[in-house]
Amino acid sequence: MSTTTTSHHDAHGHDDHGHPTGLMRWVKSTNHKDIGTMYLWFSFTMFLFAGALAMLIRLELFQPGLQFVRPEVFNQLTTLHGLIMIFGAIMPAFVGFANWQVPLMIGAPDMAFPRLNNMSFWLLIPAAILLLASFFVPGGAAAGGWTMYPPLSVQGGMSIDMSIFALHILGVSSIVGSINIITTIFNMRAPGMTLMKMPMFVWTWLITAYLLIAAMPVLAGALTMLITDRHFGTHFFNAAGGGDPVLFQHVFWFFGHPEVYIMILPAFGILSTIIPTFARKPLFGYASMVYATAAIAVLSFVVWAHHMFTTGMPVAGQLFFMYSTMLISVPTGVKVFNWLATMWKGSMTFETPMLFAVAVVFLFTIGGFSGLVCAILPVDIQLQDTYYVVAHFHYVLFSGAAMSIMGGVYYWIPKWTGHMYDETLGKWHFWLTTIAFNVTFFPMHFTGLAGMPRRIPDYSQQFAEFNMISSLGAFALGLSQLLFLYVVIKCIRGGAKATNQVWEGAHGLEWTVPSPAPFHTFETPPLVK
Amino acid sequence: MSQTTKNYYLPGPSFWPLIASISLFLLAGGFTMVLNKIAMGKPLMIAGGLSLAYLLFGWFKEVIGESVSKYYNKQVDKSFRWGMGWFIFSEVMFFFGFFGALFYARNVSLPWLADTHGLTGAHMVWQNFTAAWPSAGPKLVLEGSMKPWGLPAINTLLLLTSGVTLTWAHWGLMKNKRNQIIIGLALTIALGAAFLYLQYTEYSEAAFTIKSGIYGATFYMLTGFHGLHVTMGTIMLTIILFRVLKGHFDSHDHFGFEAVAWYWHFVDVVWLFLFIFVYWL
Amino acid sequence: MNKKAIFFISMMLLMATGNAQAAYELNLHAPVTEIARQIYDLHMLIVYVCLGILVIVFGVMFYSIYAHRKSVGHQAAQFHEHHVLEIIWTIIPAVILIAMAVPATKTILAMKDTTAADMTVKVIGHQWKWEYDYVDQNVHFISNLSTTQDQIDGKSEKGENYLLEVDNPMVVPVGKKIRVLLTAEDVIHSWSVPSFGVKQDAIPGFIKETWFRADKEGTYRGQCSELCGKAHGFMPIVVEAVSDEKYAAWIEAKNAEAAKGDAGADKEWTKEDLVANGKTVYEKNCAVCHQANGAGLPPAFPAMTGSKIALGAIWGADGKYAKDSHVDRLLNGKGVMPAWKAQLNDVEIASVITYERQALGNAATVDPIVQPAQIKAAR
Ligand code: HEA
Ligand code: HEA
Ligand code: HEC
Ligand code: CUA
Ligand SMILES: [Cu+2]
Repeated sequence: MSTTTTSHHDAHGHDDHGHPTGLMRWVKSTNHKDIGTMYLWFSFTMFLFAGALAMLIRLELFQPGLQFVRPEVFNQLTTLHGLIMIFGAIMPAFVGFANWQVPLMIGAPDMAFPRLNNMSFWLLIPAAILLLASFFVPGGAAAGGWTMYPPLSVQGGMSIDMSIFALHILGVSSIVGSINIITTIFNMRAPGMTLMKMPMFVWTWLITAYLLIAAMPVLAGALTMLITDRHFGTHFFNAAGGGDPVLFQHVFWFFGHPEVYIMILPAFGILSTIIPTFARKPLFGYASMVYATAAIAVLSFVVWAHHMFTTGMPVAGQLFFMYSTMLISVPTGVKVFNWLATMWKGSMTFETPMLFAVAVVFLFTIGGFSGLVCAILPVDIQLQDTYYVVAHFHYVLFSGAAMSIMGGVYYWIPKWTGHMYDETLGKWHFWLTTIAFNVTFFPMHFTGLAGMPRRIPDYSQQFAEFNMISSLGAFALGLSQLLFLYVVIKCIRGGAKATNQVWEGAHGLEWTVPSPAPFHTFETPPLVK
Repeated sequence: MSQTTKNYYLPGPSFWPLIASISLFLLAGGFTMVLNKIAMGKPLMIAGGLSLAYLLFGWFKEVIGESVSKYYNKQVDKSFRWGMGWFIFSEVMFFFGFFGALFYARNVSLPWLADTHGLTGAHMVWQNFTAAWPSAGPKLVLEGSMKPWGLPAINTLLLLTSGVTLTWAHWGLMKNKRNQIIIGLALTIALGAAFLYLQYTEYSEAAFTIKSGIYGATFYMLTGFHGLHVTMGTIMLTIILFRVLKGHFDSHDHFGFEAVAWYWHFVDVVWLFLFIFVYWL
Repeated sequence: MNKKAIFFISMMLLMATGNAQAAYELNLHAPVTEIARQIYDLHMLIVYVCLGILVIVFGVMFYSIYAHRKSVGHQAAQFHEHHVLEIIWTIIPAVILIAMAVPATKTILAMKDTTAADMTVKVIGHQWKWEYDYVDQNVHFISNLSTTQDQIDGKSEKGENYLLEVDNPMVVPVGKKIRVLLTAEDVIHSWSVPSFGVKQDAIPGFIKETWFRADKEGTYRGQCSELCGKAHGFMPIVVEAVSDEKYAAWIEAKNAEAAKGDAGADKEWTKEDLVANGKTVYEKNCAVCHQANGAGLPPAFPAMTGSKIALGAIWGADGKYAKDSHVDRLLNGKGVMPAWKAQLNDVEIASVITYERQALGNAATVDPIVQPAQIKAAR
């Protein structure tokens, strides 16, 4: 049981009036579940918004020629689509999961710093406002790509400053959030829950939090240099003053590559939770999963320049970054194989979460392979800045990260709401998403190989057919997500009562508490054997 | 409602996070406007700054109140330690980015621009440019640079001494020697202030500015952010001094003191790196 | 077997037969340099290896999904570790990767070797066009997109090489090793010709290099491959690899053209001729930003119509052009506005200035026209 015998706990409760209701419940919340819920809704809203931008992109690319938007607006669409998807949709979604699940999984009463936790959430709002409002300032939104390379981003207007500050604020939010998560995991585990007994999801988030703490400040540094280059006359990225535009790329990708693993490791954690449940078999190779995750994290800091193969680095640098990048496939492969081994000789059923998990393993691997193709430097010379890269990162980001999130939502939503979701509609959502996703993004491999550059509003005619297919797929994909919204709302509103256990094969502390999980859980820590 | 479990203090609902969000919004929005010469910016920024100050004081006051009311147990104390430790690590990474830029400029971009090895063809763009450090790049002229063995060396001495005095104060705290704590802290604060004053003198006497090419840029960014941290640290030490005077700490319960001490030592170490890589080498 | 894998494989087979290149392109461009060929083979190798792994690994997975279902009554085993297996599936991928890295390394070393080139061309990226400077031959020109705005806006039929055609292609002799030096004027661009296996960023203030040796005559097309602003999608690269004789003829023609341009600078031009000539220059060089009708795209790009600079005085009391005058802006640029000094000749600059002052809704009364000779003197 509890570790310390406490003497002074009568001293609390200076404003013991019950928790606030209505809006104030959310604004002033110090409850990890409420904050988790806010994160998830925020993320979903941003997903729809950034998705709507993607719809406009696909609309313009439906056929050759300029039809709907002017080229400069097109660049704004891509830039904000990328920025919002990454920083507004995927990352907050994972933090939402962490908020809900980490305390439940390790038997903690809440996060270690509940007020800071709330602050991490509420900082997202000003950042989102800055990003969205930037569409309405003179000159329009940032148009230099989500990577914001100077000197192009030095040219831009006031929206660039808004985006930079938005990212600064998001960085603060992420850093504070990560410190919170790390502290919670290290300091608030239930007695008996040793590190090597932690659920895999907790492990992946622990490592992700480290990536965040190490990577986000570096982004902040890069953005600060960008701001001073823009407004205070520094020459970090200007050769005339001895700087170098490529310096920005180095600093940015030093953050940027770990960032992509920040977006996939928690997804791996979700997969490692779902698959054993529905295979009714313990996760295969738990220890090697932990080591593989750690290896990916460490390696992710020494591969960044694979985004810069065409900048003309010296050959030694090119070789080093090619080798280190290729190496990441090994621990990632270990994870894939472990999932397969978990399924092997299981007793599998295929409820919606499992469908998503299986699809993610398969589709993510395709994305991983296209990443590996990009990692082969000579080949990347042909592929860099083409739609092949777009295909690669949507396979890892949409079918890797976003679909894991969807699977995770289906998996845990009975615990969150106390209701089962509509299984039939869930399956419909799955199949529509998976098929439409592949229709949208698979053809991009071909257009990319054939040389269609990314970030262009118009293309030559040989790409017309494939782009039309992509666009049709994208519209279907967009509509399918509205179905997801419907399923979620329906589940919140009602549905079959969920049991505590919810899934037959589920293991872990979160399934020992009632569904929906009560406002406070594990006020006295459970004992883990 | 604030509610505690047997072990862990969980604070009740709080407005501070929202205020944090609003003040950062005002600051960021206002700063954007100032940068783009929109008149509204300045008042917004001031409002943001004020609310940020209000927030910091208010929030810390609340935490300190909880601390002196003994709501926090060992485990909470440990949480604070983890939190502060990793916060400092994130700061390390922030400086790491700038040191990386300095390293890159000196070892990669300048030799490249000067075509030191006759390989890069850069002489086609910049005739007669040779790489040396300090440098303002091929198109700008650098009007001087900082020499390590004047003010900077004194500053190094000041900060190193301040580390010692702070530790001495800490010993005092552990042995409950009130005077030693107060004198140690006061000395540390004085040394910090002296450092800042000298740094200010150095800036105002410098012949070059932040616009003086890559040397000026890296110099002022690194020393500037460091100076900002010293300022923060000095303010924090002052608050700690007041708390000591109020009798907030005792020999085994003084995490607030230690956190600030950690921070101060971190700022110290950053300076050592600055001294070596920015001023000296 | 699952449908996607079948689809994938059939696509690959399609590529392998080569018939793919005929209709739509599904794969890398047909290589015409040694490097591009190596890249092509390397890519095929990796794709096949990955495909093999995909089939094996997911064959296992889909078999398991099929056989180990609860609905067929399969009981779950409870194993959760197997060290030998785990070591094997760490080592095998590592070995495969090494096998891929070896040929890749060879190609990289070859790609990086720009020594012993037969000739050097300096290529400069601008928003949004390419400038070519044949360093040894004294040939120098600018290459603009030649697809018309009407085609882009869908007001006229799109041509065969829609968006992939330029007014002045780069011409090189076939079979010669061409060293390409890249730099940029304003922002980062990227010079890419897939058939040559070449893509190199052009970074302002730096010279980066690459090379190619085309072994087949032909016209090869590529596009700027680094986001460089609004017309990033509209700055293609066209390279014509021709026989030595044709190349020599082309050089000669280019030299003659330049000589003609220089000669024009000394004669007195009429206003009409200047305006007519200026219109071409304007539409080719200026309309991307200031728009064909002169309305600009404020606030980023000022309008020419009614511009104070385009209507104001040019020459100062000392007979030199005044600061921030029309001539100053053209020759030296400002911020995003490029300096045209090095890109346009005297006639072109004089004509475009006159055009801006006398057309596009303007009718300047002070300094109504500018003569090429004046520009020549002003430089
Ligand atoms: C979640 C996000 C995510 C993830 C996980 C990855 C994973 C990987 N990425 Fe990706 N990547 C992005 C997001 C991601 N990437 C984004 C957003 C960009 C574009 C950014 C921009 O420019 O806007 C990008 C761009 C990008 C590039 C630059 C392309 C270019 O611009 O030219 C490269 C090049 O090396 C690359 C490589 C890789 C590799 C090698 C992996 C590896 O981690 C993949 C490893 C996985 C596998 C290989 C599959 C499973 C393994 C096995 C089954 C074992 C057996 C396998 C073998 C032996 C081969 N990525
Ligand atoms: C993090 C993840 C993420 C996710 C989930 C997505 C999701 C999608 N992306 Fe994403 N994309 C990026 C990250 C992501 N993207 C990044 C980082 C870039 C690079 C940016 C850059 O170059 O700087 C990029 C770039 C990018 C491009 C290349 C643009 C270019 O280079 O010019 C394209 C083009 O097709 C594209 C399409 C899509 C589509 C169709 C979806 C779909 O999956 C979206 C589906 C979701 C919805 C549609 C929302 C739900 C529906 C509604 C709101 C209702 C409206 C619906 C209808 C009208 C049908 N994206
Ligand atoms: C890359 C975009 C771009 C191109 C191409 C371009 N300009 Fe400009 N031009 C600008 C911008 C931006 C400014 C505003 C500069 C400033 O004041 O900061 C400008 C300003 C001007 C002005 C001054 C207008 C005023 O009222 O301030 C003139 C005259 C002008 N350009 C003429 C031309 C001519 C002639 C050409 C073609 C030969 C041309 N420009 C091509 C971007 C461009
Ligand atoms: Cu030039 Cu893109
Ligand atoms: Cu990467």
